[in-house]
Amino acid sequence: MLEELAASFPILSCLLFLPLVGAAVLWLVEDEDMVRTSALTISLVELALAIFVLIRFVPESAAMQFSEHASWIPGLGISYHLAVDGISVLFVGLTAFLTVLVVIYSWDTIRQQIKLYMMCVLALETTTMGVFVSLDLILFFVFWELMLIPSYFLIKLWGGGAERHYAALKYVLYTLLGSVFMLVGIALLNLNFHQWAVLHHTDQVYSFDLLDLLTVPIPLSQQILIFWLMFMGFAFKAPVFPFHTWLPDALLEGPIGMSVVLAGLKLGTFGFMRFSIPLLPDASKSQTVVAILMCLGIAAILYGAIMALIQPDFRRLLAFSSISHLGFIVIGLFALNYQGLQGSLLTMINLGFSTAGLFFIAGFLYSRQQTTHLSAFGGMAKQVPLLASYFLLIGLASIGLPGTNGFVGEFLILLGTFKANWVYGAFAVTGVVFGAAYFLWYYERAILGPLGKAVKSTMPDLQLREMIIAVSLSVMILWIGLYPSPFLRIMNGSIQALVDRLDHGTVASLTDSVQRQDH
Amino acid sequence: MFDLTDLLIKLIPVFPLLAVISNGLFGSRYSHEIAHRLAWGSVALSFLCVIGVFADVLSSRVSHEVIAYQWIFGGDLTINLAYLVDPLTCVWLLVVTGVGFLIHVYSVGYMHGEDGFTRFFTYMNLFMVSMLLLVMGNNYVVLFIGWEGVGLCSYLLIGYYYDKVSAAKAASKAFVVNRIGDAGFLLAIFLVFINFKTLDYTKVMAQVSQLSPEMATAIALCLLIGAVGKSAQLPLYTWLPDAMEGPTPVSALIHAATMVTAGVYMIVRNHAIFDMSPIAMEIVAVVGGCTALFAATIGLVQTDIKRVLAYSTVSQLGYMFLGCGIGAYTAAVFHVMTHAFFKALLFLSAGSVIHALSGEQDIRKMGGLSKKIPWTYRLFLIGTIAIAGLPPLAGFWSKDEIMGHAFVNHHYLYYTMAAVGAFLTSFYMFRLTYLTFYGPSRMDHHTEEHVHESPMVMVGPLMALGVLSVLGGLILGFPPDHGWLHGFLAPVAAVAGEHEASAGLILLLMGAATGIALLGWGLAHFLYSASPATAESWSTKFAGAYNTLLNKYYVDELYDFLFVEPTKRLGELLDWFDRTIIDGLVRGVALMADWGSAGSTWIEKYVVYAGLNVIGLGNHMAARQGRRLQSGMVHHYAALIIAGLFLLALVVQLIIQL
Repeated sequence: MLEELAASFPILSCLLFLPLVGAAVLWLVEDEDMVRTSALTISLVELALAIFVLIRFVPESAAMQFSEHASWIPGLGISYHLAVDGISVLFVGLTAFLTVLVVIYSWDTIRQQIKLYMMCVLALETTTMGVFVSLDLILFFVFWELMLIPSYFLIKLWGGGAERHYAALKYVLYTLLGSVFMLVGIALLNLNFHQWAVLHHTDQVYSFDLLDLLTVPIPLSQQILIFWLMFMGFAFKAPVFPFHTWLPDALLEGPIGMSVVLAGLKLGTFGFMRFSIPLLPDASKSQTVVAILMCLGIAAILYGAIMALIQPDFRRLLAFSSISHLGFIVIGLFALNYQGLQGSLLTMINLGFSTAGLFFIAGFLYSRQQTTHLSAFGGMAKQVPLLASYFLLIGLASIGLPGTNGFVGEFLILLGTFKANWVYGAFAVTGVVFGAAYFLWYYERAILGPLGKAVKSTMPDLQLREMIIAVSLSVMILWIGLYPSPFLRIMNGSIQALVDRLDHGTVASLTDSVQRQDH
Repeated sequence: MFDLTDLLIKLIPVFPLLAVISNGLFGSRYSHEIAHRLAWGSVALSFLCVIGVFADVLSSRVSHEVIAYQWIFGGDLTINLAYLVDPLTCVWLLVVTGVGFLIHVYSVGYMHGEDGFTRFFTYMNLFMVSMLLLVMGNNYVVLFIGWEGVGLCSYLLIGYYYDKVSAAKAASKAFVVNRIGDAGFLLAIFLVFINFKTLDYTKVMAQVSQLSPEMATAIALCLLIGAVGKSAQLPLYTWLPDAMEGPTPVSALIHAATMVTAGVYMIVRNHAIFDMSPIAMEIVAVVGGCTALFAATIGLVQTDIKRVLAYSTVSQLGYMFLGCGIGAYTAAVFHVMTHAFFKALLFLSAGSVIHALSGEQDIRKMGGLSKKIPWTYRLFLIGTIAIAGLPPLAGFWSKDEIMGHAFVNHHYLYYTMAAVGAFLTSFYMFRLTYLTFYGPSRMDHHTEEHVHESPMVMVGPLMALGVLSVLGGLILGFPPDHGWLHGFLAPVAAVAGEHEASAGLILLLMGAATGIALLGWGLAHFLYSASPATAESWSTKFAGAYNTLLNKYYVDELYDFLFVEPTKRLGELLDWFDRTIIDGLVRGVALMADWGSAGSTWIEKYVVYAGLNVIGLGNHMAARQGRRLQSGMVHHYAALIIAGLFLLALVVQLIIQL
């Protein structure tokens, strides 16, 4: 039942373009402190808008809410169609939240061209928001590609590593290559709609609108082809093992702010959940697809975790831990049952707090020692007890300790996977052990033990801005861990709809059940 | 409807939680006095609530189920944060809050003047919260929160002296080894959910008879993996001796009296599932029996006072598992209780010794302490007699009951294992007592001058535990098999089809057990008091066996060789693979694209840009030269791809339709 609730006020458009307009305004500001304050103000207003959307969002509902619709290129059936549902709305909040933290973090850690930097960060926010709120696939694709521009400059211009130019180009080309295939898939979806529309003499003969595309049947062979084309786009971006080699480079060479967004917002796996699975349900549950995706997911869990175990650089460790976590998300998605999907979605959100949080921690470490390599640390718990405590808390969330958000997501994923196929579930559970091992071993060597040679006894503990970041992340981690109810209620309606969609497939068309109430 | 007992149940974990929040967030703003009062005060309040709840359960014989709130839900799954208090939970609640309270009080004296005083009590209270959730949860997931929560606190407290490398390593080891068990536990939870569509104990147990024997075995074995990790049984026991890096009150509370018995709790809680699987039961008994014997042998030669106690804990936990494995659940729970009393007593007295000797833990540097610290000595001796199994002290009754069940139900092999273990226990415990408190002093001069009896705040809790160690067995479990505890636990742990022993046999077995314990004492007296030279000569005569035991059968080294090192090697291999092969392929593709770009420039210029113009999407850009394409300007590529791919899509579509 894909209902739409139209917005009385175009709040999603505001969310979408406020940062971009803000970036333009920043261009006019000369004073550097003014730049910082304005960027913070803009991102805070954006966050307030996002929170407003979350509060007004009707939970336990599958409806597309705050819907806005306008024609864009009618000839090709391309429209400006925005809306959020239980799958995407939390990402909107998360994006706004993380952007605020990135702005705060960058306050004094970015020393050059702060204006340009903040503009890039805000532009990145707009494009990311666009990815989450677009229902038209071309609109989605445009934002998906536009994201690369600020990302590219952020890595290239403000990256700390010597290889940043290479890393930036690699990231961009990798994503572009995947998008090429995805675009073919999108075009095929459009053409499939077209054929069906012509056959049934409907008014509209072309459409890229998700809700339209959901109404037409797609033959299985066609679905599988489109699935793999879309897969390239989403898997490269996620990244799903073995398409991951751009990630360690980008995370290691890029600035912390960029890494937070790259590792914290799981765009690739969001794509699977938003488009691949609902649009191509029969392909998604076909045996080969499930088997391949499950194996890739489990391979990623173990490969990422074992790789993370031996990394001496914390950011590289986090890159592989991200790959491991993405493995969990992938198996949860392709368990294709309620708990799997719910757990995957929640985990995507969770990692926005825990993995992103660990990148902030990496940033705190970096601003103290100008590196995140293990050789620069050791026994700092006495010098920086607050840093050590938040490091531990956020790390425990990332390894899924009960009481933190990580557990709720991971538990649901594993339960769903086990329900779908116990063999996959049993393999995936071993990841729980490795996860604890790689984090605690790094923590032991970096933070515990006797004071490292490279550590100055005057190393300062967390400063005010760092405390704001650490505390707000910790609050979210514990909130979702101890009382996830509001978050689960928001996503439940859409998850149920997705499960129903998977049960029925595309052949039993949803035409009758789609009610469009906008305009 | 308001129910006082329900309210009390909800309050039990709240007090320590409040103390955690206060001490954790604001502890640095107030004095140590306030911090420790909050800490033990909160546990005392919990204990009072437990007494109230216990009185109600005792009189009404009703178990209480209370929902705090809905935690995880969606689809066909609902997990509440909810509590179930029945007689089994009551027993653990009493031990956890009662012994926990005494250890908190003792810690005030023991930890006095330590750097992280407030931090210590924050972790201890957090442990109390987790342990209470563990035993109070009404479903497997709440049990699991507590399960991993106590693991976290164990990690934090083992690593309390975090600047010591050995402490930091021991902490990580404990957590990671426990996680292996936790993974097994998770699998058990998933199996339960798939079979019963619920995770609440009462609903599961109501339908347990529908389970197939194979499935019952699978669930029971997965649960056992979890229990083996948490309760330090073979083969996952290696973390517990290392855990002695933590302060001594931690060893007493977490690594002796409460947390490590969680595995026993879990098995007894799920005994209906275990009962359906004779194979699983057999494995539980074998694991327990082997651990009891194995750990006892290592305990024979250790020289660190706390490590001897640690191996003795592993061994005693083995007895409890053995009891579970032969269906003597009540006896196992009985042993959990008495063990909590005398092992906490032993650890805390050991702490008092260490305290008196300014931190010395090596028994080779002790001796002759009985005169200098008489109260500690007397109480340690009570603990020793209790654990050695001499009547009428606590350990005798519970250990004898487990052994009696083994004998009466014809498990003669297990009986023999337990009997040999009992002999070894008595021997190494009296050895420890002799080496610590008797004979000439082997302390260095400086330490000897500073020897002092501990303050009342430490000796007081010791006395309370001493009384419990003397009388606990008689109060709880006398007469054997028909004591108060047996009646109280009958609704939750009774097993049908037990053989009843005749009075004569019972007396005979008791006599045998006493004899075994006396034999161990006698040997210890001979070797470490009467004729110390013999002990020396034996250790050289049997040097091979002695060194194997001293090095704990080289199990740590073996695990390193088998698991830890290969994993690291694999990691390094994969790292090479990642950089050279996977990334190599990526670079290779890029290189090929580079070579191909000479040719493709032509295509870009004359085909793609033409295409752009035709479609009319990017015509303003197309006017520029093709050379600009090589400039790395990303948006050019992006626009190019958007346009170009429409063409490609059409081509693909055509191919498919042909």
